[in-house]
Amino acid sequence: MSDRFSGRAWVYGDNVDTDVIIPARYLSTSDPAELAPHCLEDLDPGFMKRMVQGDILVAGNNFGCGSSREHAPLAIKGAGVSCVIAASFARIFFRNALNIGLPILECPEAVSGIRSGQRIEVDLAEGRILNLDTGQAFSAKPFPPFLRELVARGGLVPTVKARLEEKRRSTH
Amino acid sequence: MGRTLAEAIIASHTADPVEPGSICRVRVDFAFANDITAAPAIAEFSRMGAEAVFDPARCAIVPDHFTPNKDIASARQVQVARGFARKQGMLFWEVGRAGVEHAFLPEKGLILPGEVILGADSHTCTGGALGAFATGVGSTDLAAAWALGETWFRVPETIRVVMDGKASPWVTGKDLILSLIGRIGVEGARYAALQFEGPASDALPMDDRFTVANMAVEAGAKAGLFVPDRRTLEYAKRRAARPFEPLYPDPDATYSQTIRIDAASLEPVVALPHLPSNVKTAGECGRIDLDQVFIGSCTNGRLRDLELAAAVLRGRKVHERVRLVVIPATAEVFAEALKRGFIETFLEAGAAVSTASCGPCLGGHYGILAPGERCLSTSNRNFVGRMGHPESEVLLCGPLVAAASAVTGRVTDPREVLGLEELPKGVDEE
Repeated sequence: MSDRFSGRAWVYGDNVDTDVIIPARYLSTSDPAELAPHCLEDLDPGFMKRMVQGDILVAGNNFGCGSSREHAPLAIKGAGVSCVIAASFARIFFRNALNIGLPILECPEAVSGIRSGQRIEVDLAEGRILNLDTGQAFSAKPFPPFLRELVARGGLVPTVKARLEEKRRSTH
Repeated sequence: MGRTLAEAIIASHTADPVEPGSICRVRVDFAFANDITAAPAIAEFSRMGAEAVFDPARCAIVPDHFTPNKDIASARQVQVARGFARKQGMLFWEVGRAGVEHAFLPEKGLILPGEVILGADSHTCTGGALGAFATGVGSTDLAAAWALGETWFRVPETIRVVMDGKASPWVTGKDLILSLIGRIGVEGARYAALQFEGPASDALPMDDRFTVANMAVEAGAKAGLFVPDRRTLEYAKRRAARPFEPLYPDPDATYSQTIRIDAASLEPVVALPHLPSNVKTAGECGRIDLDQVFIGSCTNGRLRDLELAAAVLRGRKVHERVRLVVIPATAEVFAEALKRGFIETFLEAGAAVSTASCGPCLGGHYGILAPGERCLSTSNRNFVGRMGHPESEVLLCGPLVAAASAVTGRVTDPREVLGLEELPKGVDEE
């Protein structure tokens, strides 16, 4: 996964919940490829028809509130969204996104400074967001060191894998 | 420095320093998934290179969301979960003997005071009614807990909610929590722990406490905890599947905020579409006609809820235009409701009664809405498309408002239908 990407912004409001990100009627699978076609279907039926790979979701407060379904970040990632920028994230979605490797940035200033359709460039490692159409630059809130390490190790799966291997070595 | 209840529980499960904002590696007492979240957790568990769960007696899968299996894909998901549970020797219950996870697991004594509980379902916070630190996570976090017997938490700030005064008998736990969410909003407690206390909190039956803790997540909270009292301990001791040690907040604990609620001022309320914070009293709603009423779910499918609903429906009929769906939250609740005559009352009133399941709450099955239809529901979410078509509507309320509205066919204050003398005093299993 590259740390820098650019794409067009899709801007939505506050409290985008996991039921509209991926409705429960599609939860009989957790395959991102099967979930992706229904991403944001109940919020914006045009989203999947018109978005292109690499586009960026921009939303207000409490993005991803509601259910704990990991299917929500999986659907967004499966759809080809490169990054979600929100004023704030609901806590379970926040954990899930980091765990499955969907890039997210918390930055209220960027949310007020970006309109739908504008071209956005993101440097994930630096937490820098640039609105290419207006030239405005924004800095996202840095994650605590523990989470930066988790992301750097590639998410929770490799982290747990390393812990288990360590445990096995120490017991044998 | 003194600790809040959430801090005291985390501190007893970690070697790391515990203060709001710090990140701790925390031992987990019990970790569970449901039929939707288990399959991805099992896949991640295997990708982690894990072979065995940390303790099969402390790991569980409860098939409840799309069960009895609604279609082939759901049947396949349960099949994967069942196979994994058997191989691991962990806890698993078949439909008919189980129930909605957050109602069922406390009944089985698997969620206990002072414990750290992790569930791959956002309403895991329901366990806070027992004075446990119970919180929802996604499937990957749950898989990690199954593999390691631990997780990481950012220690939440605690918001103390003091419920003063005495609530009217028409005000249920659902009215308390909806009123709170109406006041602080759907992110009023984001990342925080809510700690419920005060005279009106102490007076709440256990079933109502589960309702209140259940919806902590609808205010954005990580957990919603009741300080254990005599009622908590009686409930837990009678059911406990393992020894437990209740914990309490210190008198000099630091709270990020204290919210006081005068319970005496509360009324039966309804949350209008499409946020649980969009709260109005049932009386000020005006005329809102209904197509369906749902009584059930991890929020309000317990015995006390069914008792209240039955009191309203006894000798009355569901409005001819309305479908009333009643789903007791667990097999035990169903059996007890049958014994007490509540089920007969529902059937005589013209309701559809089904075996324990999440049912229509999340738009799974047993009562999905068509475009333009409106359902008044005792569940916890009224988001767009939650119970079916994106052009349908869900309104939330407690069991008294739901049952009264099923009779009149429109959103109704229960006092319009029922006399005070018809209101049951309270089962509370005592």
